[in-house]
Amino acid sequence: MKIILNNNEVSMAGESLSVRELLTGMKFTFPLIIVKINGRLIKKEDYERIFVGDGDIVEAIHLMSGG
Amino acid sequence: MKSKLEKLKATCIGIAGCGGLGSNCAMALARAGVGTLVIADFDVVMVENLDRQYFFLDQVGQKKVLALRDNIKKVNPDIDVQVHDVRLGADEIVRIFKNCTLIIEAFDRADMKLMIIETVSECFPDKFVIAASGLAGYGNNNALRTRRLGSLFICGDEVSEVTPELPPLAPRVAAVAAMQANQALEIILDDLELVGDDDAWDE
Repeated sequence: MKIILNNNEVSMAGESLSVRELLTGMKFTFPLIIVKINGRLIKKEDYERIFVGDGDIVEAIHLMSGG
Repeated sequence: MKSKLEKLKATCIGIAGCGGLGSNCAMALARAGVGTLVIADFDVVMVENLDRQYFFLDQVGQKKVLALRDNIKKVNPDIDVQVHDVRLGADEIVRIFKNCTLIIEAFDRADMKLMIIETVSECFPDKFVIAASGLAGYGNNNALRTRRLGSLFICGDEVSEVTPELPPLAPRVAAVAAMQANQALEIILDDLELVGDDDAWDE
């Protein structure tokens, strides 16, 4: 499948991945991340339950402390 | 430009947190002419805050919301400053910011940033949030940017986390706070629309 991750086209094996699998695979390792799939905010507790498939637009941003 | 100033005067912006981001962002919005600012924080001004936060030595020990209101009023006494001396959780955010057009996320802790982004996304899908992520240290001006994800804007470099070795310093914190204020003006003055792409996705 091909997805758009942070504005870059990324090819991945398989037809779908959970959000958790995607983040792990793409080395988004910090504990606090904003994830949107096709514009919709995905809550952390749904990372195992929600899947990313071909053509999805995924945005992932690390949230860093400091302010 | 006159109609733009009138538009800003009629605008209400919420600021969640009055530390390095919130105090500097509030002052920028006040100087730009925003009519109503709703500011919230539970903390008091401490000497060590003066390295980056918009407070003064004679304000040490005061509640941050009250000290910030005083500083805003010194610039423009006509601004309506609504202060909330409270530790913000989801319930308080919904109660305090319900009349605001948009909300500035100005917390220091990343878990609090996530909390307010999730809360506003869930309870106020019609409101923009302008958050900050990645502002520690110094230098690297060109890494600072703004990314838009629908109704959420994130300002910062997205990588510089505050640590004992990489503290938040005035120039970079204030730069990101000014980026947040600048983004707020663009949303208001250019009537940015909340993109409707949230509807395109079904579980």
